[in-house]
Amino acid sequence: MRFLLIEDNPKLAGVVAERLQLDGHAVDHAATLSDATDLTAVADYDLILLDIMLPDGDGRDFLERQRQAEKRTPVIVITARSAVSDRVGLLDLGADDYIVKPFDFSELEARVRAVLRRQVGAADNAVTFGETTLDSTKGELRFAGQTVPLRNRELRLLEVFFAAPGQVFSKTHLIDRLFSLSDEASENAIEVYVGRLRKRLEGSGTKIETVRGMGYRMVAR
Amino acid sequence: MRISGSIRRRLFIQLALVAAVLSLAFFLVVRGVAERAAEGTQDDILSASATAIADSLRSEDGRVTLDLPYSALSMLGSINEDRVFYRVVSDGRTLTGYADLPQPNVPPRISTPSVETLTYRGDEIRAVSVTRPVGTGVNAAQVVVTVAQTRQGLAAISRQITATATGIGVGFFLLATALSLWAAGSALAPITRITGSVTRRGPTDLRPVQANAPDELVPLINALNSFMGRLRASLSRTEDFIAEAAHRVRTPLATVRAQAEITHRKLNKPEHKQAIREMIRAIDESSRSAGQMLDHAMVTFRADSLAQDALDLRALMEETCDRLAPTADLKDITIRRDLGPDPVAFTGDGILLQAALQNILDNAIKYSPDDSDITARLTLNGSITLSITDQGRGFGDTNLSDLTTRYMRGANVGDIVGSGLGLTIADEVAKAHGGRLEISPNTKGEGACVSLIFPRA
Repeated sequence: MRFLLIEDNPKLAGVVAERLQLDGHAVDHAATLSDATDLTAVADYDLILLDIMLPDGDGRDFLERQRQAEKRTPVIVITARSAVSDRVGLLDLGADDYIVKPFDFSELEARVRAVLRRQVGAADNAVTFGETTLDSTKGELRFAGQTVPLRNRELRLLEVFFAAPGQVFSKTHLIDRLFSLSDEASENAIEVYVGRLRKRLEGSGTKIETVRGMGYRMVAR
Repeated sequence: MRISGSIRRRLFIQLALVAAVLSLAFFLVVRGVAERAAEGTQDDILSASATAIADSLRSEDGRVTLDLPYSALSMLGSINEDRVFYRVVSDGRTLTGYADLPQPNVPPRISTPSVETLTYRGDEIRAVSVTRPVGTGVNAAQVVVTVAQTRQGLAAISRQITATATGIGVGFFLLATALSLWAAGSALAPITRITGSVTRRGPTDLRPVQANAPDELVPLINALNSFMGRLRASLSRTEDFIAEAAHRVRTPLATVRAQAEITHRKLNKPEHKQAIREMIRAIDESSRSAGQMLDHAMVTFRADSLAQDALDLRALMEETCDRLAPTADLKDITIRRDLGPDPVAFTGDGILLQAALQNILDNAIKYSPDDSDITARLTLNGSITLSITDQGRGFGDTNLSDLTTRYMRGANVGDIVGSGLGLTIADEVAKAHGGRLEISPNTKGEGACVSLIFPRA
């Protein structure tokens, strides 16, 4: 996906962009509202991450202009304020959601997913392996004419496998992707979720294989 | 505040006292002038009568003779039925009239008659004497003519004048009293008007008072406006401070946290990864504490001047659930909603209520196991109950009433990040709205149920 990150703090902008790139997203960065306006004029973004306090104005003005110009690109506001007052105002101005600093990237990802799911005519984020299609936006698996709904963790786990079919992922790696870094999770938990995925994939041409002592990988049956 | 009398009453009493003094003075002056006028008239007639008698004195062969003119006494008859006495004394010998009629103590001189009020035969009389030399040479004699009259007529006139003067005085007093009542009221009307325009305002309306004020009240209004200005500035400084503090604390934390996540991704050794996890937990803990302390400051600050928004509690519940659904989704937790079909009208501070609900729901998500359900329920009976029920670890052996104490956390929080302020915030919001927070173990075994209970309007 292609993100526009509007954030004036260079250090924060740098790490957020880097972190999103690690997940395979493209990120453009604007440090001011005027840069952001220039960028939105020439490029289409799937999502805009907008900080409110900016050197050349209030992020809310940008939000208002976007909405007046009928630009429907979803906007998630990054705010430092914890006062709920601010949040209510943001949603009234047309922000699709907001996230409070400092944020957990898995929470950001969840909010992005929820926003895109609500968006009418959002870009199709489906990936296909063999005959099996994973639709991240809708949160479902499609194969052999049937549609299987997925729960959040099942979806996130499948996204890891679909990004690199055939590659072996260690349990530790999968735990990191599946659980918030502030939660404690045991390796057994991964076994539970892999078990569930296998059930979901029954009847498709795809399976999750255990590589003894190494981890798991997704292969064709 | 100590109430030290009423300006209106004081003003009225003072005006009425002035009116009373004026009425009394008026009464005394009117009566005095009238009586003196009446007395003066009697004196003039008595003098004229005495002079007429004196003028008719003749000296014949060294003897004083008197041909009493009728008119001299008849002019006195005009006053009521007062009796008239006269006496003519020549060199100490009574020529005619009442020999025992007393004479004024001051002997009259030729030009000036002497006048005095005396008692004669048990009655008060007014006596006037004139003196005249009669005859010439050795036969000349000093003759004193005294004419007197009782004072019943004068007393009657005096009574009449007194009655009239009293009537006018009392009337004047009553009229003045009524006017002072009106004056006291109308003088204070601007105060009443300004009080009204200040009391009618909402709790958050800190605009300057614009009401038209008389000169004397302008300093008070200015003082009030300047006070409200200072209050407004102080409130907005507090809000700005809270926002600024949040910004200053959270932006670097966000940088560090993102950096830590990236580092965690790149590291391979489990002990290194564990160290980064510890770091992230510490960051989350401090940001959460900072957030809740700021939220708590906001609640305390707003609860003092509670906004009175017209709200729909059902919509508020719905919004809060929508807001936290993605967070719950991360742990595969489903938020079930049992909110009923109809809007639930409520008057209160939407921001505070949302903060309270969000804290409760956030707690429930935090303490719930993966793959569990949380139920958001809205029940209406005698009161309005908003409850969040989870299947988490509950509150263990913690004394439930301690949980709303600041920084006090449950006995079995284990390793979950928290500040101990969430339920305090919810409790304070509930109390500010005349409601309460109720914490009970989930009736179906595990978990807990936290409810906000509000009286129904």
